[in-house]
Amino acid sequence: MSDFILFDEEFRQIKDVIARLKADAQAKVVFIVDKNGQQIAAQGDMESLDTTSLASLTAGNVAATDGLARLIGEREFPVLFHEGERDNVYISVVSQRVILVVIFDERSSLGLVRLRVRKANAELERIFEVIQQKVEAEKSRRLSGFDSPFAEITDEDIDNLFKD
Amino acid sequence: MTFINYAAREINCKIVYYGPGLCGKTTNLQYIYDRTNPAAKGKLISLATETDRTLFFDFLPLDLGTVRGFKTRFHLYTVPGQVFYDASRKLILKGVDGVVFVADSQEARMDANIESLQNLDKNLVEHGFDLQTIPYVLQLNKRDLPTALPVDTLYRSLNFKGEPTFEATAPLGIGVFDTLKAVAKQVLMELRKK
Repeated sequence: MSDFILFDEEFRQIKDVIARLKADAQAKVVFIVDKNGQQIAAQGDMESLDTTSLASLTAGNVAATDGLARLIGEREFPVLFHEGERDNVYISVVSQRVILVVIFDERSSLGLVRLRVRKANAELERIFEVIQQKVEAEKSRRLSGFDSPFAEITDEDIDNLFKD
Repeated sequence: MTFINYAAREINCKIVYYGPGLCGKTTNLQYIYDRTNPAAKGKLISLATETDRTLFFDFLPLDLGTVRGFKTRFHLYTVPGQVFYDASRKLILKGVDGVVFVADSQEARMDANIESLQNLDKNLVEHGFDLQTIPYVLQLNKRDLPTALPVDTLYRSLNFKGEPTFEATAPLGIGVFDTLKAVAKQVLMELRKK
């Protein structure tokens, strides 16, 4: 499986898309995680949120639901919705690879969120397509002798991480 | 699958603690959590049953510091050890960068160790990984118990490729950080090859 590499340009584009989605859907928070539970980007009031845990639990949730889907003969359930007393969470899978999460309250509605997410999904799909191509290109560059920033990692670098 | 974020200059890696039920996977994470400086760790999440058996996974994010200008972040996961949770176990191995196998040193758990190791092998293959090549460390836990088998015996039965092996007593922290360091090192060294 290839590594996932995020470059500045696409990172900015992703942030723009989810910022717009947050405004259009009148959501509190919008974030993107990959299916392994790593957070990619977030917009909104993240201060009060433990985003790392959110990312990991979201990925676990989607993974468990994917497992359920396969058991009943579906490829995946591309959308999950959790309704709370105040806040709701709308989760959708983009390009079978990353997960888009929208947290919203009574200032928005499920219908509005669903509509705006569909539009954002299409834009995100295009961006992740480009990222995939770049990762492939990067890989072939490295094979032909490109200097990765990690090519020179030494034992000492790693020992330093564990010093205290 | 390492996630390299050039925009934020971060590397994120995923390490999974595997092993039979009650071998001490969660205890390893708990000890790491307790002994890590609060600035370097996130919340320890445990999806457990009411009797504290892992139901889905435990999760601990750790910031280890900077390597070559990149912040290194490790996400530690445990799997549920009980045999019947295999579907969940499989999900957690998705995108793994390194595996720690926590073996229970007691003679009575030897069959369970071997069964779990075979299960790990099988589940890794399903995700396209190979136990022979993935960064991997063996931990012989519960060395303090009187029923623990000699290290030699365990080594012969469980070590299959000369992987780094550590004796541990997880609740006291013996061997816990050595194990983590050894697997983290292999994962980062792996980046060199890519």
